Amino acid sequence: MEIGGILSFLASFAIMAGIYAIFSLGLNVHWGYMGLLNFGIAGFFAIGAYTSALITTPKPTGVLADYVTQAIGLNQPFLVGVMGAAIASGLLALLIGLLTLRLRAGYLAISTIGIAETIRIFFNNEAWLANGPEGLVGLPKPLHGLVPPQYYNFLYLAIVLAFLALIYIAVEKGIRSPWGRVLRAIREDEVMASANGKDVFLFKLQSLVVGAMIMGIAGALYAHFSAAIQPGLFTPMFGTFIIWTMLTVGGTGNNKGAVLGAFLVWALWSWSTYFILKVVPPGFETRAPHIRFILIGLVLVIVLLRRPRGIIGEERYVSRF
Amino acid sequence: MPELIVYGIVLGSIIALGTVGLTLIWSILDLFNCAHGDQMTMGAYVALLVATLFSGAGFLQGKVGPFSFSWGLLVAVIPAVLASIGLAILIDRWVYRPLRQWGATSIVGFIASIGIAFALRGLVYVLWGPDFHFYFTGVRRMLFLPLGIKVRPDEIFILVVAWTMVALIYLFLAKTKMGKALRALADSPELARVVGISTERMTVWVWAIAGTLIAIAGILYGIQTQLRPEMGWIFLLPLFAAVILGGQGSITGALVGGLVMGIAQQVSTAWLLPTYKPAVAFMIMVLVLLFRPQGIFGRR
Repeated sequence: MEIGGILSFLASFAIMAGIYAIFSLGLNVHWGYMGLLNFGIAGFFAIGAYTSALITTPKPTGVLADYVTQAIGLNQPFLVGVMGAAIASGLLALLIGLLTLRLRAGYLAISTIGIAETIRIFFNNEAWLANGPEGLVGLPKPLHGLVPPQYYNFLYLAIVLAFLALIYIAVEKGIRSPWGRVLRAIREDEVMASANGKDVFLFKLQSLVVGAMIMGIAGALYAHFSAAIQPGLFTPMFGTFIIWTMLTVGGTGNNKGAVLGAFLVWALWSWSTYFILKVVPPGFETRAPHIRFILIGLVLVIVLLRRPRGIIGEERYVSRF
Repeated sequence: MPELIVYGIVLGSIIALGTVGLTLIWSILDLFNCAHGDQMTMGAYVALLVATLFSGAGFLQGKVGPFSFSWGLLVAVIPAVLASIGLAILIDRWVYRPLRQWGATSIVGFIASIGIAFALRGLVYVLWGPDFHFYFTGVRRMLFLPLGIKVRPDEIFILVVAWTMVALIYLFLAKTKMGKALRALADSPELARVVGISTERMTVWVWAIAGTLIAIAGILYGIQTQLRPEMGWIFLLPLFAAVILGGQGSITGALVGGLVMGIAQQVSTAWLLPTYKPAVAFMIMVLVLLFRPQGIFGRR
């Protein structure tokens, strides 16, 4: 029983770390390979999670309809939800990209902060869409009939790791292809790349959309793991900033680093909670978890100052084509 | 509606105090300072700390004239401003200056500023907790003006202080040698360097001005409403939107942009829920980026 408890705890830790690793890969497509500043990951996170939730749950009926309002409820399978999440997130990225990618890098960053905040406020205020601040609960758990409930986390971990592996391979393939080479060329020198006939704007747009679709998938995976989502979850800290720290710590521009950073920073974040709550004096419990804000913030600044390439840094890519 | 416009001018004046520093930092140090909002929070809370110490000692507890706050808070502005300047210069020394000297791109500074923003907010949460705080308790007096406008004396105080500060900074930038050098740097860093203005010596002044104004903005906002750890982050979008609307490096633009943002946000509450205020600022920013990305007073 004791061992079972520890294993179950480790499984739920690995599920969250795996989901964050997918976000980190998505950010790598934006920032690592293309130099796009996306400070609004929380927005794509929320869109992915809510889209999948609205696609996979049925519309509430009977007594439940008095408590839960949602505009759509398609009652479709999990995979349809994940695909929908990727498409919705990609469309959002397309819109943002068309607006801001011709401007200086900073404008994209501020616009993405704005879009993430706007989405959060929107879901909070518009209760008709997805039940407002209370959010949606009881999202379906894929394949839950296959194993007894106490072992379900292990099954879901396998699903998350399968998605992680697929996305990892896809990003690696893409980045080593001629397409990926153009991305890195533009990141290094936009003028040179456009002098060589590459449409800089188009490639930036593609990178933004692809990365956002990956983030949408991760958002959907999170939604079905926690089975309950509400706008308050998609805060700048939990939804954006921690992912930046993960990628920076692991190694910007390196997919192995993106995954490693996600596991390390998530371990720091989740295990420091237990430690902090053990040592703080009574009456201080509501404040103590915020020590993690300071911790994660300092980790990011120190890595940027002392080891900007992260733990694994970018490797030298040689094209095989 | 006239009432909403008056409230908008009050809010806009507070935003304008923040934008002046933000636009100077952006144009002189080439840094989008995402920690600006949280530095505002810090200023407000340091003033709270000092004012609480005063009232704990039973010192300077009388209310100032017709206003809701005590003399203690007014005196606490000085240590809060000094702490804000000190913090800003310390962060620059520790983080931004090394990055500048290594020739790191401004984007790295941008990312670092987000880290600092969260560390500062974490500090506020840990020291003061997640609950709302107030500089004073009790009923706030109201003044009834023509056109059915109700304002509090506090809000008139906010307007007077904000625009006095703006006027002082304007005089400093227009009349003193240091101010002229700063404006030259903001206008064209390359040209300023050619005539022998050193960016590194100027950074202290930039952070001193920005730190002073943002701390006062935080305290004024605290007087108008309440203190909470997220107050600065919520201001960040309107701040950036105002700077972009005004045009990078333009002080006049920053002031006008701040006022426009304040009025637009307050007037929008006639139709929209007040929680949509940051989204309104963001929508205006998107429109500016679409139709006039260089801003009203910008040249590039």
